[in-house]
Amino acid sequence: MDNQMDRHREAFREEAFELLTELETALLELEEMPDDAELIGRVFRAMHTIKGSGAMFGFDDISRFTHEVETVFDQVRNGKIAVTKQLIDLTLSARDRVREMLGSSEESSAAASASEEIVSALRSLISDRQQLQAERSIREEESEQSGHEITYRIRFKPSPGLMRNGTNPIMLLNELGTLGRQRVVAQKNSLPRLEELVPEDCCTSWDIILTTDRGMNAIRDVFVFVEDLAEISIQVIDDCGAMTEDGCKKLGAILIERGDIAEAELAAVLPLQKKVGELLVEKGIVAPDQVEAALAEQQHIREVREHREKTEAGSSIRVPSEKLDKLVDLVGELVTIQARLSQMAVGRNDALLFSITEEVERLTAELRDNIMNIRMLPIGSTFSKFRRLVRDLSKELGKEIEMTTSGAETELDKTVIDKLGDPLVHLIRNCIDHGIELPDEREKASKPGSGNIHLSAMHSGAYVVIEIADDGKGLDAEAIRRKGIEKGLITAEAELSEKELYSLILAPGFSTARTVTNVSGRGVGMDVVKRAIDELRGTIEISSRKGQGSTMTLKLPLTLAIIEGLLIRVAGEHFVLPLSAVLECVEFSGTERAAAHGRNIVNVRGQLVPFISLRQKFSLGNTTPAIEHIVIAEISGTQCGFVVDQVIGEHQTVIKSLGSIYRSVAGISGATILGDGTVALILDMPALFQMAAAEEISS
Amino acid sequence: MAGNILIVDDSASMRQLVSFALKDGGYDVTTAVHGKDALDKMNNGTKFAMVITDLNMPEMDGIELIRQLRQRSGYKFTPVIMLTTESQDQKKQEGKAAGATGWIVKPFTPDQLLGVVKKFVK
Amino acid sequence: MTDVRTTPAAQYLTYKLDEEVFAIDISKVREVLDFTAVTKVPQTPDFMRGVINLRGSVVPVLDLRLKFGMAETTRTVNTCIIIVEVFVDNERTILGALADSVQEVIDLGAEQIEPAPRIGMRLKTDFIRGMGKRDSQFVIILDIDKVFSAEELAIVQQTETAETISV
Repeated sequence: MDNQMDRHREAFREEAFELLTELETALLELEEMPDDAELIGRVFRAMHTIKGSGAMFGFDDISRFTHEVETVFDQVRNGKIAVTKQLIDLTLSARDRVREMLGSSEESSAAASASEEIVSALRSLISDRQQLQAERSIREEESEQSGHEITYRIRFKPSPGLMRNGTNPIMLLNELGTLGRQRVVAQKNSLPRLEELVPEDCCTSWDIILTTDRGMNAIRDVFVFVEDLAEISIQVIDDCGAMTEDGCKKLGAILIERGDIAEAELAAVLPLQKKVGELLVEKGIVAPDQVEAALAEQQHIREVREHREKTEAGSSIRVPSEKLDKLVDLVGELVTIQARLSQMAVGRNDALLFSITEEVERLTAELRDNIMNIRMLPIGSTFSKFRRLVRDLSKELGKEIEMTTSGAETELDKTVIDKLGDPLVHLIRNCIDHGIELPDEREKASKPGSGNIHLSAMHSGAYVVIEIADDGKGLDAEAIRRKGIEKGLITAEAELSEKELYSLILAPGFSTARTVTNVSGRGVGMDVVKRAIDELRGTIEISSRKGQGSTMTLKLPLTLAIIEGLLIRVAGEHFVLPLSAVLECVEFSGTERAAAHGRNIVNVRGQLVPFISLRQKFSLGNTTPAIEHIVIAEISGTQCGFVVDQVIGEHQTVIKSLGSIYRSVAGISGATILGDGTVALILDMPALFQMAAAEEISS
Repeated sequence: MAGNILIVDDSASMRQLVSFALKDGGYDVTTAVHGKDALDKMNNGTKFAMVITDLNMPEMDGIELIRQLRQRSGYKFTPVIMLTTESQDQKKQEGKAAGATGWIVKPFTPDQLLGVVKKFVK
Repeated sequence: MTDVRTTPAAQYLTYKLDEEVFAIDISKVREVLDFTAVTKVPQTPDFMRGVINLRGSVVPVLDLRLKFGMAETTRTVNTCIIIVEVFVDNERTILGALADSVQEVIDLGAEQIEPAPRIGMRLKTDFIRGMGKRDSQFVIILDIDKVFSAEELAIVQQTETAETISV
């Protein structure tokens, strides 16, 4: 059971984190549109749910704290308090507080006083009278037990409409019966004649004698939902608990025969007379029983007729991501096995086997795509996290920055999204810190005082392209060049395109910031971003116009687990090139090699393309075949060729890690298992290209 | 035979908790994420022995759900329990006026919940 | 690390490298495979022979002969790959080690193990947990975690640090 509660708590925590994100988004939007009732409603609901559920799952501190915010927003909702910047600030910090509380099991005193501060600031927003109500949120007291048995006379006279709100008086009587020993008599004298009877009306009332040790409150609790739908009177008729079984038998019998039960008489008689009591119950229940029977029958027939849906409602279920990872692993293995099967089938020349293999191939591909799809999430949630970052940082730096987004619905693999957060934070911080100018600077440059950062995402083939664009001062190409020379990254004579110059800022240890701020300083440079993006098999490109702003373009693969690859062979070794970057394959014969005059450049339909010979680069084999092939790929906007012996064809590549030992081998990004069970390495084309370029510079 | 109880709450964790408590109590459970969803579930043909609904929900809140549900022939007498918090007295009154049968104030324990449910469904 | 005199009786797998008999604590050994196709990872030291497919996982294979300064392992019918589980940088890692042939599993009590001589061995004494005496023959008990320690493998990292410069 404890375990189960833990699971519930975990579910609540997850949900609360989502709600807090939603709350933050709503608050930031509310700041833009302070009168939007829908937004106010969203804020209120989020707080309300956290409060209510929080208490349910044992997060009492969170519940109490959130209650204060909810109270304020209730006033906002009723138009009694206006949405102000102060309110938004306060609510945002309250939201952060809740987040912290969710994370830590114990509150430090500093944290508690932070909560106190927020609470008192919130309370100061509410007028005194309203505040009284806010503070009056005291739990209802537990009903006290009387300790010994008391006999009560209870008169329950429902209004005719009682049953129309779903109350079943019989159930109430039964519940009352669970409190102790009771006798019930139905009062049917207000029943109308049959032709006047409205079956939905409750025309019966009941007199009950109950002996219980549970106290008056327990009795009231039974009727708690019908207090204003019925006349209920509860009187103590005996407080010693010493009523005996005998006596007054006759009086009871007479009362029944008369059908007119005087309270006082009944009170005295009923509890003592077992036989009489049973008779009373039997006779008394008749009328309501008929109603109940009709209802029960109606319900029963319907229930039997209708097929019950037991499925958990809602359009989605929660699954731990490890389960999905496992599924992806399995599909990876299936893809590998299927490749083997296909390879074998081709060799067998068996038409039947071949058609089955084709079917398996189709199903495997479908399964793979579907599973990959499950892991896809919209990037929007990541985007909205940055709103807060932009808001807080720009405030800190005295800048005015607005963040706009597009393509928030663009989906990509959860793993990619998770790993993308940090690099994006860094890039955005960079925009805020170095890109966008202070308002007066901007106005001098005849730009609007408020800067803009635009985050966008869109699909482009097997990639997602994410752009972070600012309208700040842009990159200073000359300054970068000087710094590059100073750091020995380029020679003084090097002729670099603007793009190449800009990408220098991604090199380790490069930083143009003149002063170290606490925003993007701290000694970590853009190289961290570069490395993170590399790890995701993505690329980063920078463009900029002085005075007008810069744009960082990230190109990321949709998924990390399976890629389309191009299988090639060099000196008997197989390698895989990621197909997404491959443009074409051309022959490379002896004559073309001769035409290159020892330079690693080839003429492809009039365009000069640099190439890397994998044979040379990896020191493989000795004899170069007469005809080689060049795989032309696009890397960071430039074309680059990779010389191979043979291009075998497309290959579904399940990416396997090379493990810790080979993790950092440059130029190799992973491995895959081929149809024949051998291992082929996956080449990291951008890294190979950069290595080649670096060698060129240093030689 | 225990009936099928419809739980209406936009909070997944609350749905989970309430479902668990009720299943423990031997009831069948169906869940809906807001008022509209709940009405849809009723249209699907299941006759619910009871409806337990949150009040603050997107799309259609609990009060409106109760109001509309009472218009339906199969649900005139169906017990409807509101999940409220202490601060929602006003809402509670509105809910009662709309036809709610009862309410339970958060926080509550599974036993307290079953206690209320047993008032209305065997 | 472990004082050889207090090592309780344990089982060891013995195998041959260039006529010399070595032993590894059996608890480190996962399985022994026949030699299979090894894919070389370019630009890594020779003793790192490459990677193999172990039921869907990619596992590195090392040539201990090269590591210990002997000639490279040449493939024979007896050549096999001992799959071991070691800790590299506190990370559990599965590795394959080439062996000319696997001999047998033996019990060695603490009293049968002597400390390694400080000189006269062809390999780093760090790698040796002790010398096991079996009949009249000595077996070299390897400290496999040390052999495959991050430091020993760091050489791989060095080969590429000179090249990390972005354009």
